[in-house]
Amino acid sequence: MAENSQYAIEMLNITKRFPGIIANDNVTVQLKKGEIHALLGENGAGKSTLMSVLFGLYQAEEGVIKKDGKVVTINNPNDANDLGIGMVHQHFKLVQCFTVLDNIILGVETVKNGFLQKDEARKKVMALSDKYGLKVDPDAKIEDITVGMQQRTEILKMLYRDNEILIFDEPTAVLTPAEIDELMEIMKNLAKEGKSILFISHKLAEIMAVADRCTVLRRGKYIGTVDIKDTNQDELSRMMVGRDVQLVATKEDKTPGDVILHVENMTVPSKLHHNNAVKNVSFDVREGEIVCIAGIDGNGQTELVYGLSGLESCTSGKITLCGKDITHASIRERNTSGLSHIPEDRHKHGLVMDYSLAYNLVLQRYFEPEFSGKLGFLKKKEIFDYADKLIEQYDIRSGQGAPTIARSMSGGNQQKAIIAREIDKNPDLLIAVQPTRGLDVGAIEYIHKQLIARRDEGHAVLLVSLELEEVMSISDRILVMYEGEIVGEFDPGKTTPEELGLYMAGAKRKEASA
Amino acid sequence: MASNKTKAKESFLSKPAVQSILAALLCIVLGLLLGYIALLIIEPKGATEAIITILKNYFTYPTKAAAMKYLGNTLVKAAPLLMCALSIQFCYQAGLFNIGAAGQYVAGAGAALFCALKLGLPWIICLLAAFVAGGLFGIIVGFLKSYLNVNEVISGIMLNWIGLYSVNMLLSGVKETASPYTVSVASVNPSAILPSLGMEKLFSNNKYVTIAIPLAILIAILLKVVLSKTVFGYEIKATGMAKDAARYSGMKEKRNVIITLFIGGALAGLGAAFLFLTGYEQWSVTQSSVPSMGFNGIAASFLGGLDPIGTIFASYFIQHITSGGSYLDKNIYPSQISDFISAIIIYLCGFVLFFKLYLNGYLRKLKEKEKEEGGKK
Repeated sequence: MAENSQYAIEMLNITKRFPGIIANDNVTVQLKKGEIHALLGENGAGKSTLMSVLFGLYQAEEGVIKKDGKVVTINNPNDANDLGIGMVHQHFKLVQCFTVLDNIILGVETVKNGFLQKDEARKKVMALSDKYGLKVDPDAKIEDITVGMQQRTEILKMLYRDNEILIFDEPTAVLTPAEIDELMEIMKNLAKEGKSILFISHKLAEIMAVADRCTVLRRGKYIGTVDIKDTNQDELSRMMVGRDVQLVATKEDKTPGDVILHVENMTVPSKLHHNNAVKNVSFDVREGEIVCIAGIDGNGQTELVYGLSGLESCTSGKITLCGKDITHASIRERNTSGLSHIPEDRHKHGLVMDYSLAYNLVLQRYFEPEFSGKLGFLKKKEIFDYADKLIEQYDIRSGQGAPTIARSMSGGNQQKAIIAREIDKNPDLLIAVQPTRGLDVGAIEYIHKQLIARRDEGHAVLLVSLELEEVMSISDRILVMYEGEIVGEFDPGKTTPEELGLYMAGAKRKEASA
Repeated sequence: MASNKTKAKESFLSKPAVQSILAALLCIVLGLLLGYIALLIIEPKGATEAIITILKNYFTYPTKAAAMKYLGNTLVKAAPLLMCALSIQFCYQAGLFNIGAAGQYVAGAGAALFCALKLGLPWIICLLAAFVAGGLFGIIVGFLKSYLNVNEVISGIMLNWIGLYSVNMLLSGVKETASPYTVSVASVNPSAILPSLGMEKLFSNNKYVTIAIPLAILIAILLKVVLSKTVFGYEIKATGMAKDAARYSGMKEKRNVIITLFIGGALAGLGAAFLFLTGYEQWSVTQSSVPSMGFNGIAASFLGGLDPIGTIFASYFIQHITSGGSYLDKNIYPSQISDFISAIIIYLCGFVLFFKLYLNGYLRKLKEKEKEEGGKK
């Protein structure tokens, strides 16, 4: 009976402990052959640990792993490879200056007399590419291709190694909406061809769209496995978070007040491409409204925010914040005159990863008399008291509280720390760039509430988001950016995601009336 | 009871400072061991005696008076080494590898000696000149780094050579007629010799022992305070650890890089003055290699766990074995064996991280085991 087991891989009653926590507590996941099986859980629910056990990076204290019904031991990643298990990591493992083909064959090259035999490899890669609809240019270098194509390269890498069990770790986090749709198609194709797919995600809509079954973990514990056709998003989110979650934010109607941010004909250059990333953009953000900049990644949103926050200087145009011209103000001047900025890249810009949480919480205020004395000494006690206050108020969870090193905190709590720091400055204008990226439902709900609270208190919020769902649910006004220009302005109550999509893709445009 | 003991041991071993010290000691022991093996290869007969000589340094002298005198000499040379090490350590906090410390040291030596010998200025002005000259060399590197994105290692190394030959030229006017060495500071301009405040008495009237030694230690402590307790230190470290985050928060990261390198350069420059204004050494205007003091500073700062206080002890140790090396029987062993040992130590310092990683892994296992045992009970 073991030979014709219906499961490709089974992880039965896995328990893995770390000092202080049980990362996996009696977790069972059974992956059927040819199915797409979602693994759902919040950050820190134990998904990564479970996958590390499957890959032999950790050894489970209890439980067994079975392949095709037979018990196997996986002591290191090579064992996993030999069993035909492959993984697309959230952060791709590709050599930037190699071509797509080189990356695919890296490590399993065919060699004759010490020379690479690339022709055969190319044939095999192209055959796989055709079979599964994975469009790649085998001779393009990784650094020149889109994120979507990089991901397809990673998938081809697994297929080239004849892997039967494919693990996708948060594969949609880095993709544009169109690329996500494409990936979903590819995953369905792969499953149809008999590959078994484990899909790690916390995006409910995607799981509903693509998966056959779903296993939910919460705080290391196995909650259950459900058939997707018998469930809905609300049930899944309840299983994941352990309580009811508002997936769609609610907010009262509110009439916007005075203009807080006034942008006039702003142009910002792009360092990367030697052209203008933001072209002649004008708009206003008023008191008590959330204005959302929607658009596909790479259409100038990043540079727009750089221009506003001072990280990049504008080549022309005028920025006025609360009636004060800040076009040429320094970053510090802007930060201290009513602007807060939740940056897109929280690891690069938002935090000093090797500083303690307390030091990170005063990153925008350490120079104020409250935290530094006359001789330039830091007031450590005040800093830590202030940090404790924010930790309590914003429910920032970490190992040791204020002295915890930021690097060791979970992504959601790092983001909470940034939000606490930026909101506690009580800014007139809060710029939030993809504040919910990579976070779980619970944290997203929390962040949306914070943004709406700012609005309700009568402050201005400028939100940059790639997620249409988020854009539609919390903004008061939507500006769509396409190739560095604002191509349309919408009222979220009077538009549809489909209409926005047309503008985001550049198929339609209208003059923005700022 | 057993678990109590392990817990105490564990919390003691898990302190970063304790780990740094243990790692440094491990480097030293391994360095000496490899040095000993090298001695054995050269000549097995006297190897044991030789390694003991290196370690004993001034203790080889039978009388206490003589030993104290030569301890003084070791300290005289340890002070400039400490300054160079602090220079490297300080810049390292801002994410900069200041290999240009060697050149900044040379610039400081040139400025101090020129002011002392040519201009006949008092010691305090000479110190100041060395401070500024070293600092200026640092600023050049900092400016190139900040505004033109020139790697500080490249510009630092090139400035080392520019500095060496400029100083050789500058000091050619004040050299002895019969030798390539500059004239003695003590004989030409005694007012430029650093005051000793009676400290020479402690070291059997070693006239080279001056305020340079306590001053260097004070500066180390000052730097420790600046780095860990001030707004400036907060900014410097943030710039070093996360340049983009520093910029995002409105710190002037370009200015910080330049200021850091200015201070780093000034420290190294001051270090040179701390040596040449004691009269212990003269500058040879025909020397064609950059003095090793700046490079040895790298070893001292890494051995000191990149901490100003640790650097004090590390500098002393490296100078101790370097001085000890000069007592070897030159007919059998090259005195460079000490350099060899300190070179091995630098290499091993790279392993400090591995050591810490291993130690932490061991502590974790210990904890886990203990927990399991506790669970069984």
